[in-house]
Amino acid sequence: MRLDHVSKTFSNGTIALKDMSLTIGTGEFISLLGPSGCGKSTALRMLAGLGEPSSGKIIWPDPADKSANDKSEGEIGFVFQEPTLMPWATVFKNVWLPLRLKGISKEAARPRVMEALEMVGLDKFVDSYPRELSGGMKMRVSIARALVTRPRILLMDEPFAALDEITRQKLNDDLLRLWEQFGWTIVFVTHSVFESVYLSSRIVVMAARPGRVIDEIEVDAPHPRGIGFRTSQAYGEYCRRTSESLLSAIGTADHL
Amino acid sequence: MTSIDQGPATASAQDAAHVDTPIAPAQGMPVSERVLRVLIPLVMLGALIGLWAWYVAAYNIPKYILPSPELVVQSLIKDWPILGMALLVTLKITFAALGIALVGGVALAILLTSSKWIELALSPYMVILQVTPVIAIAPLILIYAPSTQSALLICAWIVAFFPVLSNTTQGLKSTDHNLLNLFELYGASRWQTMIHLKLPAALPYFLAGLRIAGGLALIAAVVAEFAAGSAGAGSGLAFRLLESQYRLNIPRLFAALILLCGTGVVIYGVTSLISHLALRRWHESAIRREN
Repeated sequence: MRLDHVSKTFSNGTIALKDMSLTIGTGEFISLLGPSGCGKSTALRMLAGLGEPSSGKIIWPDPADKSANDKSEGEIGFVFQEPTLMPWATVFKNVWLPLRLKGISKEAARPRVMEALEMVGLDKFVDSYPRELSGGMKMRVSIARALVTRPRILLMDEPFAALDEITRQKLNDDLLRLWEQFGWTIVFVTHSVFESVYLSSRIVVMAARPGRVIDEIEVDAPHPRGIGFRTSQAYGEYCRRTSESLLSAIGTADHL
Repeated sequence: MTSIDQGPATASAQDAAHVDTPIAPAQGMPVSERVLRVLIPLVMLGALIGLWAWYVAAYNIPKYILPSPELVVQSLIKDWPILGMALLVTLKITFAALGIALVGGVALAILLTSSKWIELALSPYMVILQVTPVIAIAPLILIYAPSTQSALLICAWIVAFFPVLSNTTQGLKSTDHNLLNLFELYGASRWQTMIHLKLPAALPYFLAGLRIAGGLALIAAVVAEFAAGSAGAGSGLAFRLLESQYRLNIPRLFAALILLCGTGVVIYGVTSLISHLALRRWHESAIRREN
């Protein structure tokens, strides 16, 4: 998957993204890191097919996957910043939704829904309503819903930003474990240096006004990562480098 | 799952188990309080009727001014053939109007929200229809409508239909944008988005509209009949009220009034119950707050 000189200008004239080029390899865990307004969410949404680029191209690996319809059918899973669950539907029905929209009946979908819920450890809560769950559990349901179509690419838009530190760390660990297990390609938008270093194989540092890429940092620490990596000297070094890079990004935007 | 998540998980499990039991107001209360909740309104009602009976007897009020409670009850029983028939007529008009208002209001709300051009073209007339007092247009409707019954139906419908329309429109417009994005992402058709997302999201708004419309339909049916002044076998409670007044049959007037009150209360109770049953599992309005 490749972004080729992609730009996006909104109807009010804001340049959300300017000339972004990025190649995403299969099985990579890429973080888009940057301050707010740097176009990282915009880039992610365009990857998902929500909004077309104003100029440039998004190139998909398989020629058959080019059309917007193909992308949305099982190829991509998207996790929003908020859990974005339907409050009137049970956990089961929320996770069933992507399959239901494709016309898969409840009974036919059941094994896959249960599998997705087991992955995130919520299989005991199928009949609960979202309001009965904690913030972290809602996010897990949201992830299960993204996984139920068995996507090859998982796009995550600051999924853990609203969670407390403890829950966030737990979900980071869970996400890494699942990624190591299933080998998806993940594009993860975040504004946390520590989260991006901990999770990613590559960090794309972005700057705002106009939104653009200013640096790419490879994190080639071995997996599985855990508390050992998070307290290691190498981790600290990566965080320092990434922070410096990010700081230079903010420094260029004088009115921040 | 590791120990970190056990805390919130078990707490939520208990929460879920708690919510599984129906959230009736009486649930989980000591027996004495439950008895009191029924007893206090009944005692109050009894006291008011007692006061009424005492006042009529003590001051020798003539029955054509204020009849005693037992006279009203007698009248209710004696005149039941007439009043019951009239009640049936009023109920028919009320529920027919409410039914058409629900179907029409929801259908029109879907139409209005589907295109802003349609909304621009139609919504001023919806407002005009709403702000014009029904009693003012009733004479016209009586001339144009093929029969008195259909004229009454049209009047009641005009009044009951607006809250359904405006509430449902508001509900359909208030759909969570993130969920709309999600549906687009998964390639949902317009139809699927309507059925699985917009209509459920609009349900609480619609139900609030239903509760208002239920009461208004009854009021409008009565008001329209006052304006129409229809007579004979097909007349409803409103006509019987007027007729009793002309004949100074005040006990019957009271009896008719009680029937109207009762009908209004039952409609309100039923619509509230429907709303509670539909929303009790997920909507904030139907969930008891516990701190």
